Amino acid sequence: MTQSVVVQVGQCGNQVGCRFWDLALREHAHVNKKGIYDEALSSFFQNVDPRRSDGGGGGATGSRISGLRARAVLVDMEEGVLSEVLQGPLRQLFSTTQLISDVSGSGNNWAVGHHSYGSVYREQIVDQVRRAAEQCDCLQCFFIIHSMGGGTGSGLGTRVLKLLEDEFPEVCRLVTAVYPSAEDDVITSPYNSVLAMRELTEHADCVLPIENQSLVDIVSKIQHMAHTGKPGSVIKKDSTIISGQGGVAKTEKPFDAMNNIVANLLLNITSSARFEGSLNMDLNEIAMNLVPFPRLHYLVSSLTPLYTLADVNIPTRRLDQMFTDAFSKDHQLMRADPKHNLYLACALMLRGNVQLSDLRRNIERLRPTLSFVQWNTEGWKTGLCSVPPVGHTHSLLALANNTCVKPSFMELRERFVRLYRKKAHLHHYLGVDGMDVSGFSEALSSLTGLIDQYSQLDSTNTAPSQDPPRLNIAC
Amino acid sequence: MSVVTVQLGQCGNQIGPELFSTVYEDSTGAGRKTYQESSRERFFWETSDGVLVARSVLVDMEPKVISQAVAKASKSGKWRYGEKAHFCQKQGSGNNWANGYCVHGPRHKESVEDLVRREVERCDRLAGIFAMMSVAGGTGSGVGTFVTQCLRDMYPQAFILNHLTWPYGTGEVIVQNYNSVLTLSRLYQLSDALVVHENDTVHKICSRLMNIKHISIGDINKVIAHQLGSVLQPAYTGDSPSNYSRNPIGELLSSLVCHPEYKLLSLCNIPQMSHTSLAYSAYTWPGLLKHLRQMLIANARMEEGIDWKVCVPSSRGDSVRTGQMGFNRSLANLMILRGKDVSSADAGAFKDPALYVPWLPPDGTFSLWNSPVPFNGYEKSASLVSNSQSLLKPLDNMVRKAWNMFVSRAYMHQYTKFGISEDDFLDSFTTLEQIISSYSHL
Repeated sequence: MTQSVVVQVGQCGNQVGCRFWDLALREHAHVNKKGIYDEALSSFFQNVDPRRSDGGGGGATGSRISGLRARAVLVDMEEGVLSEVLQGPLRQLFSTTQLISDVSGSGNNWAVGHHSYGSVYREQIVDQVRRAAEQCDCLQCFFIIHSMGGGTGSGLGTRVLKLLEDEFPEVCRLVTAVYPSAEDDVITSPYNSVLAMRELTEHADCVLPIENQSLVDIVSKIQHMAHTGKPGSVIKKDSTIISGQGGVAKTEKPFDAMNNIVANLLLNITSSARFEGSLNMDLNEIAMNLVPFPRLHYLVSSLTPLYTLADVNIPTRRLDQMFTDAFSKDHQLMRADPKHNLYLACALMLRGNVQLSDLRRNIERLRPTLSFVQWNTEGWKTGLCSVPPVGHTHSLLALANNTCVKPSFMELRERFVRLYRKKAHLHHYLGVDGMDVSGFSEALSSLTGLIDQYSQLDSTNTAPSQDPPRLNIAC
Repeated sequence: MSVVTVQLGQCGNQIGPELFSTVYEDSTGAGRKTYQESSRERFFWETSDGVLVARSVLVDMEPKVISQAVAKASKSGKWRYGEKAHFCQKQGSGNNWANGYCVHGPRHKESVEDLVRREVERCDRLAGIFAMMSVAGGTGSGVGTFVTQCLRDMYPQAFILNHLTWPYGTGEVIVQNYNSVLTLSRLYQLSDALVVHENDTVHKICSRLMNIKHISIGDINKVIAHQLGSVLQPAYTGDSPSNYSRNPIGELLSSLVCHPEYKLLSLCNIPQMSHTSLAYSAYTWPGLLKHLRQMLIANARMEEGIDWKVCVPSSRGDSVRTGQMGFNRSLANLMILRGKDVSSADAGAFKDPALYVPWLPPDGTFSLWNSPVPFNGYEKSASLVSNSQSLLKPLDNMVRKAWNMFVSRAYMHQYTKFGISEDDFLDSFTTLEQIISSYSHL
């Protein structure tokens, strides 16, 4: 069994991260009734003796749980969120050395996070990550969680990404990046996002872009359903992907519902690495199957079902609906429409009571409605994990490498250019040590290059598909 | 004489235990003493306290599947795997052939070789090595190819037979065609023959013949194990007409692989049905063989949906025309009949020279094995291992899809990262195009 380390950076990253730890505990508590520190738990948690501060003494897998500690490093340049963590119900999951914070924040300035704090905290961060890595038997993956709009998440988060690449080149880096909505109140968020994207494009193995607006839409959709529930279609308690019921956090905070969605995404993506299944899908298979060209590693994700109705019978129709929904615009965690754009590759990660034949039937059914790039018309990767999420009988996570990300990236570029043309707020950035104006132009051209690559793939789709001539051999 | 099985990767380690269970169950029962002895010697060894242990080495780069296999075998209470006969690591090959072949394989060469050597030394005489793997993923295909290469170096004289599971046309691993191309091109130089099962075909057998509604991987693996067992269990052969043959793999190879350019073997059997229908079915040998022959010439891998219009071309001149009619030409066939009144079965129709290429002597094309012991609950059953054009189409599809991807260089960075270059790919494509060309010009 392999392990992963989570590095959560900035306010958003830490809030999402803590929802992840809460729901992960809930999920393991649901499956693991005996209180044994099993292989599944070991993937994200260490077993420690809570009386010891060095994080040792908890016993290997197979022994009893004495105290669980998250394999995580928490970084924020303000104190607020991290001190809340230390006083909150999850406090026992972290030792104070795993938390790295400053007092003054990055002032929504990517350069401050990336260059100033990046240089000051570089060693401390590397030390903590290395310590977490040393506690792993076989470290497979880093999960980096941060937002794109602010200063700490986007700036320092992407700096951490680069540090991890330098220090642990063999370990897969999977970034969950929360993109600001267009109405974001941070004026410099387009700068921060575009500067951060260049780093993501160059240094991540996979990026799961998540748009705030999509999370808002999904939350309101579920709340709407919950309130207008017709008889017979009542939503089962604690079965929605926005619910944190059963977790240790007793009070719901404003962003919890949205953050729970992202936490569920992370739970599902790691399910096959944690639990058994008839078709294992390891974390290192994600990039291998879904990333045909190194820079094009942005994967649009969708989670279905969003909730389970309190109706115990699951007719096949409803199972098939789960597959159909996974491709609809409304279920994507990004405002994007994969169905009407070009697929480079697609992964379906199933959990719970789903058979191979259900999977094959649905792929056959949906295939004609989707367009795939000419050289990968059968670009499907599938995984079956036998343990469903809490409250569900089955669930599906679809990951799409699809040109539908392009409109969002173009919109972001437009907002960047609108500011950049007037040189607005530039001096805040250029005053930071290590940042000069070429950083802006290079970030812009990196994004433009990315958009062009997607456009090029789109244009191959209009040409009549014909197999290229085969290799000739002398008979 | 004994066969040492090497189970490689997730697929090999899932089919392996099914195969051992099948041969164990099949050889247990009254009135089959010599059959049982022969089967046990072939697949198992006995500990001092009488426990049967599979002559098998389990290799995977991640622990989950192997621990399931080991646990399942012990739980059966009938046989088990050797306590120290498995090797696994913590992190899989990530569907990357290059990672398996260039990194994991060489890194663990010694450990795996030691396990195999120990198992081989336990045999009084080695009949051959049977390596089971898929071609789609990273471990079975990549590590599997590397291990096969080591086996070839260790035992240059031994028979090595690979069993390959070909992936579904779609939906398992996106880079499966790359991995398959790299595996097949290399194994073709290393192995004595490749026995192939296609997941798509077996899936159809499960749904149409076995009437399984929700087909799981386990169902697929059971069918594959059944078919393999029907070939590998003891039988009377041409070389050994009155005793169970002691050289099953050698005789299989000498019957079927007459030329190193042609070593792709397909497998079909009849009848195949669910256990509930088995009790209500009665078959005659002429009926079974008539169907099986048509399956052969019309290239149907199961008895349902056979195209009866396909016929054997009456003269060589016809063959160009009939070639388009779906006639499947063979180089060689091996039929194995098991069950009641087996000596009364007339296999003459399989000896028709028109079924075969003209450049082989007619007495070298068809072999027949049999055993009076009914196999795995079937009163009468027939299996056919065939070196024919039947795998041409799936092979051609595989190479076509891989080539399409290769032309746009998609996913290449994942392979070059571990040291497999574009030229390596080109070499593999060349090898396979040559094989395709050879089989299509039969």
